[in-house]
Amino acid sequence: MSFLIGENMTGGYGAADILHECTVAVEKGEIAVIVGPNGAGKSTAMKAIFGMLKLRRGAVRIDGEDITRLSPQARVPKGMAFVPQTNNVFTSLSVEENLEMGAYLRRDDISGTMEQVYELFPILREKRRQAAGELSGGQRQQVAVGRALMTQPKVLMLDEPTAGVSPIVMDELFDRIIEVARSGISILMVEQNARQALEIADKGYVLVQGANRYTDTGQALLADPDVRKSFLGG
Amino acid sequence: MEALNAIVALSNFVLVPAIAYGSQLALGALGVTLIYGILRFSNFAHGDTMAFGTMVAILFTWWLQSMGVSLGPLPTALLALPAAIAVTALLLLGTDRLVYRFYRAQKAVPVIMVIASFGVMLVLNGVVRLIIGPGDQRFADGERFIITALDFRRMTGLDEGLAIKTTQGLTLVTAVIVVAALFWFLNRTRTGKSMRAFSDNEDLALLSGINPERVVAITWIIVAGLAVIAGVLYGLDKSFKPFTYFQLLLPVFASAIVGGLGNPLGAIVGGYIIAFSEVGLTYAWKKVLGYLMPESLAPDGLVQLLSTDYKFAVSFVILVLVLLFRPTGLFRGKAV
Amino acid sequence: MTTRGYLLFALIPVMIIGVGTLQSWNLALAILNMGLISAIMALGVNMQWGYAGLFNIGVMGFLALGGLAAVIVSMPPVGGAWAAGGLRVLLGLAFGAATIAGAVALYKRMAPGRKRALVLAVFVVIGFFVYRAIFDPAVQAIEGYNPATSGYLGGLGLPILFAWPVGALFAAGAAWLIAKTALGLRSDYLAIATLGISEIIIAMLKNEDWLSRGVKNVVGLPRPVPYEVDLQKSPGFVDFVTGYGMDPAEGSSIAVKLAYAALFLVVLAILIWLSEKALNSPWGRMMRAIRDNETAAEAMGKDVKRRHLQVFVLGSAVIGLAGAMMTTLDGQLTPASYQPLRFTFLIWVMVIVGGSGNNWGAVLGGFFIWFFWVEVEPMGRWAMDLLTSGLAEDSALRAHLLDSAAHMRLLTMGLILLLVLRFSPRGLIPER
Repeated sequence: MSFLIGENMTGGYGAADILHECTVAVEKGEIAVIVGPNGAGKSTAMKAIFGMLKLRRGAVRIDGEDITRLSPQARVPKGMAFVPQTNNVFTSLSVEENLEMGAYLRRDDISGTMEQVYELFPILREKRRQAAGELSGGQRQQVAVGRALMTQPKVLMLDEPTAGVSPIVMDELFDRIIEVARSGISILMVEQNARQALEIADKGYVLVQGANRYTDTGQALLADPDVRKSFLGG
Repeated sequence: MEALNAIVALSNFVLVPAIAYGSQLALGALGVTLIYGILRFSNFAHGDTMAFGTMVAILFTWWLQSMGVSLGPLPTALLALPAAIAVTALLLLGTDRLVYRFYRAQKAVPVIMVIASFGVMLVLNGVVRLIIGPGDQRFADGERFIITALDFRRMTGLDEGLAIKTTQGLTLVTAVIVVAALFWFLNRTRTGKSMRAFSDNEDLALLSGINPERVVAITWIIVAGLAVIAGVLYGLDKSFKPFTYFQLLLPVFASAIVGGLGNPLGAIVGGYIIAFSEVGLTYAWKKVLGYLMPESLAPDGLVQLLSTDYKFAVSFVILVLVLLFRPTGLFRGKAV
Repeated sequence: MTTRGYLLFALIPVMIIGVGTLQSWNLALAILNMGLISAIMALGVNMQWGYAGLFNIGVMGFLALGGLAAVIVSMPPVGGAWAAGGLRVLLGLAFGAATIAGAVALYKRMAPGRKRALVLAVFVVIGFFVYRAIFDPAVQAIEGYNPATSGYLGGLGLPILFAWPVGALFAAGAAWLIAKTALGLRSDYLAIATLGISEIIIAMLKNEDWLSRGVKNVVGLPRPVPYEVDLQKSPGFVDFVTGYGMDPAEGSSIAVKLAYAALFLVVLAILIWLSEKALNSPWGRMMRAIRDNETAAEAMGKDVKRRHLQVFVLGSAVIGLAGAMMTTLDGQLTPASYQPLRFTFLIWVMVIVGGSGNNWGAVLGGFFIWFFWVEVEPMGRWAMDLLTSGLAEDSALRAHLLDSAAHMRLLTMGLILLLVLRFSPRGLIPER
């Protein structure tokens, strides 16, 4: 059984459903990637798993526990952390304060986790007294991921972490994400850059119009001619 | 000697009063700006919150005085502060529970919250007048002056005297302590940082597990403290009259906006800018200029730029200028 | 209007007649008259807030400008004061206006930078002192002329009815100036700006004695209706009222109030007819479309700023008109009586309670809230009497509570506003 699973999720913001019987899951220490064309409901599926969208049908379970009815805040202590696509740092707070706020719910000593984040993203240590709003786009993404890691999550959910960053920064960021996964944290992410994302993915989900179209390992999807033709540009 | 006299006269009539008034405005504006930053609306009930808190402090002061308690040279009202802050905090938490929380849960547009604050303002205004009446109340006791004009002249041998009222000195000292404590809280404590985080990015604060209701409650408690201290200092320095406190809304808001709504540092700077402009423009400069200029050039008029009744115009004009040329305020508030 | 609307409106005569029979007809008609004026004030605020979502809390200032118009139009000119410094005052004002115009022109012409700031500052400071040099002696001369009875320039000596449109014009002019500077700002800022302007207008009326006699007040404004004493002298009138079993004194005062009521009713009827026409015209629909989604309206090519300017000026003009009518009814201008709680926030309570965006709602809210404003005091006193009946006759607490009954008003109004906003946010007669 998967560590985190959103099963047969159906729901939307208003009267019309965006998701139709959509299932997304991730195993412990693995990377799952959701790809698909624009408007396929990728981000919506992510938000549904984090409880930011009311589901009409379906369930979300983490480690076997049903959390479908929990509010997003209540999912944080369950070991979930979410990095939104935009506005994902506290711009007027320093880098260090951003990390501290990530660990807001923790009552134990956080210096160890902070050290790990600084080791993962050395540039953040350098800029730790600087306001997060003054950093470059790629550095901000690092702060955002770092903030999420501070809760010591079991699952890290990333909504298009590479949106708007240069290809070099993107590769760098993916390397770091692999590193995070190796430490035993499950990663669930939505990606616009489908090819690169599937390359690092243990599992890939191709969504179309809010429903699962293809589900397989990342490598298998990359090799599938149908997927290549329709979603990866040949 | 003439120059010294001019400086003393300037200090006596402009600098000292403006510093005291500016500190009072800054404390008031800090309350407005915190509410704006956390609850995201302009609280028009703030003037009346100050009035309510001051009234409670006055009642406690009278009670203490009747018991024969006094602080010697300092005003007894200082002893009444903690109780008054506690009562006002309960009042604000109560209004939040009864009024604002509903609109927050609804995610109502800020303007609805502003209109709700009109309602709270009217109710508080009525309550204050019901309890203590609309008239003037003086509740300052203890030593009136730190230094009187006469003593100062005797000490220095100058023609001009410099009088510093106890309440003026007290205002400055209290304001410095309160502001230092507030900034320490906001920048150094976990709760304070969570307030700044919430003000900066509400959604992300929720994702980090920050409890919005707790942040809001703490904000109201701090605002109660700021409002009561500002109100009591103003009342000690001048006098307490419910309507005057309502009218303080304008300079207080002007201070907060000029500094940048939502920015605490801006609120303080804004308070002093408004106070110095108000006092400076409504002061009759004849005396100061008389010392500085040669006899032949000494002005015959009062050289008062504006009659004191127009002091609102001063805050207003500064406000409009800032809004026109730098709409987010001098310190980049979070105005949307 | 719905049945509910008609029923609510039917309550108005019931309330007026109730007061007439239970208390006195004089009071009933006084409430009716001020209720009519309140309805017009609420109509004006409703145009700005209800149609367009503009947040004006400077109602008091526009009302006071209307009041000033009443003085300037109707009072006889004071020849001596004019001779003493009338022209010089006008010259001073003209110079002041020219200075501001010059400063604006300089600001626009010169390139931004330190040099412009410096030139501008010097220009404004010199302009200010020259203006004061021209203006101050003239003011002193005017205010020195018969200070006990005049000490001001007086007015034009025209019939006071002319003051009503002039009041609207004054308010519209001020509104135009405010709108030009503050309308682009977000709503809380517009609110603070209008609050500030209204305080300044009142400060001006209190201080510019040459214009409005300041706190010495202008009393004895001419009336558009007959005087009670004249009616009492007319045998025909006396016969008429005694025929109904009334004494001439009471009859005359009721007749005068009825005459005012008729005048106000005509104005209200015209205004509401125009407002309804406007609201249901393409213009009104566009206005509401802008209010509901400014960005979308702007994307569709609507000139949002211009529309806002229009409706702000129009609404303020209506408020100014109401202000002139109110001063006419009072027969005097007393600047110290303008209190923001009474003349700004109470009007807001009327609009919110009545139903913002609905003209009939505003009118109804105007009546209802005014009625309660007047009647809460006796009701409060009665309640306090009941409440304190157990206390000794000379108890200090009892005396204090009875004295404070007057302050029940603000409390009640605040509560009404909060309750309506919470439980019936669309008001008594919701917008269609």
